[in-house]
Amino acid sequence: MQFRRFLFSGLAALIAVGGAAVAQQAQPAAAAKVEVTQAWARATPGKSTIGAAYVTVTAPAGDKLIGASTPVAGKAQLHQHTMENGVMKMRQVDAVPLPAGQAVTLSPGGYHIMLMDLKAPLVAGQSFPLTLTFEKAGTVETKVMVGGVGASGPGGTMAPMDMGHMNMGSKG
Amino acid sequence: MSRANNFQIGGLVALAGLLLVGILLAGGLVWDRYQGASSTTKIGGPFELVDAQTGQTVTDQSYKGKWLLIYFGYTHCPDACPTALNDLSLALDKLGDKRREMAPLFITIDPDRDTADVMKDYAASFAPDIVGLTGSAEQITKAEKEFRVYAAKHPTKDGGYDMDHSSVIYVMDPAGHFVTNFTHETDPDQMAAKLMSLAS
Repeated sequence: MQFRRFLFSGLAALIAVGGAAVAQQAQPAAAAKVEVTQAWARATPGKSTIGAAYVTVTAPAGDKLIGASTPVAGKAQLHQHTMENGVMKMRQVDAVPLPAGQAVTLSPGGYHIMLMDLKAPLVAGQSFPLTLTFEKAGTVETKVMVGGVGASGPGGTMAPMDMGHMNMGSKG
Repeated sequence: MSRANNFQIGGLVALAGLLLVGILLAGGLVWDRYQGASSTTKIGGPFELVDAQTGQTVTDQSYKGKWLLIYFGYTHCPDACPTALNDLSLALDKLGDKRREMAPLFITIDPDRDTADVMKDYAASFAPDIVGLTGSAEQITKAEKEFRVYAAKHPTKDGGYDMDHSSVIYVMDPAGHFVTNFTHETDPDQMAAKLMSLAS
């Protein structure tokens, strides 16, 4: 009797796990997949309640990044920086185009995911979850590593070496 | 002399008078233009602002004898301003003893949101010697004018606003004269090299 019950519950668990696995696979497999790597952000200075997150996204079949959300901020928006005659402009955009097979890197001076109404400061060395929404691929969650207050890349505080060509990114 | 003649002379005198007034006006305008043109090349001048860290009023005279490294930005700027301030701090790190001759200032162009309380600790997060300055709208506008800084609110969809603004670092000599400026194209090594060559 005991053994039978054990068997039953084991079977039930197996079915549940299998079902979940199928469900999980079904979502991204339905459309083109995207690969999200090198998610990073800068630590926030002082009492600042805004921040920016950067990621590298590759969509093998082409896609669009259309939104983002994170539990650490009240709002997350897609923004683009441009520099015209020495004047820096920041604009919210509806989407970041992801040409097929091309790695698109969001970085200072170009596109960024603006984090507004941060619930707590972003601290170097910590990480937070970020959910990205794609037009075709649906949602993808990634882990954002927080670098130094002036980090210029996913390497965290080491990145200053790269400043030469990162160049405060005015090419927007 | 006939009446008609008198009238003619009177007319001539009036015409000459008008001409003279015209010449004077035109000359005045040209002079004004000239003056205006020469003053547009001048960057920097007296300012009165508030040190966000201490709450004290400061002026350009407060930093007399030092090289002023001035960046105008705002704390709700997630990307360009931190990059500029970080580059400036990396450059300062390379100056050794000469760092003491520098007064790096971060002046907000968004006094509505960047109160002294909001600004406090912001600039120092990048380097302990960068001073955050705010002030009344009038004080900020005056400083922007003196430094030919462009700053304008750009409304966002959610009812807030971003700032469009000149993003350069001005280098003023200890006498308060503009010497050069660094842009987003200038990397910290180049900044440091220039500052080393300028400082005695």
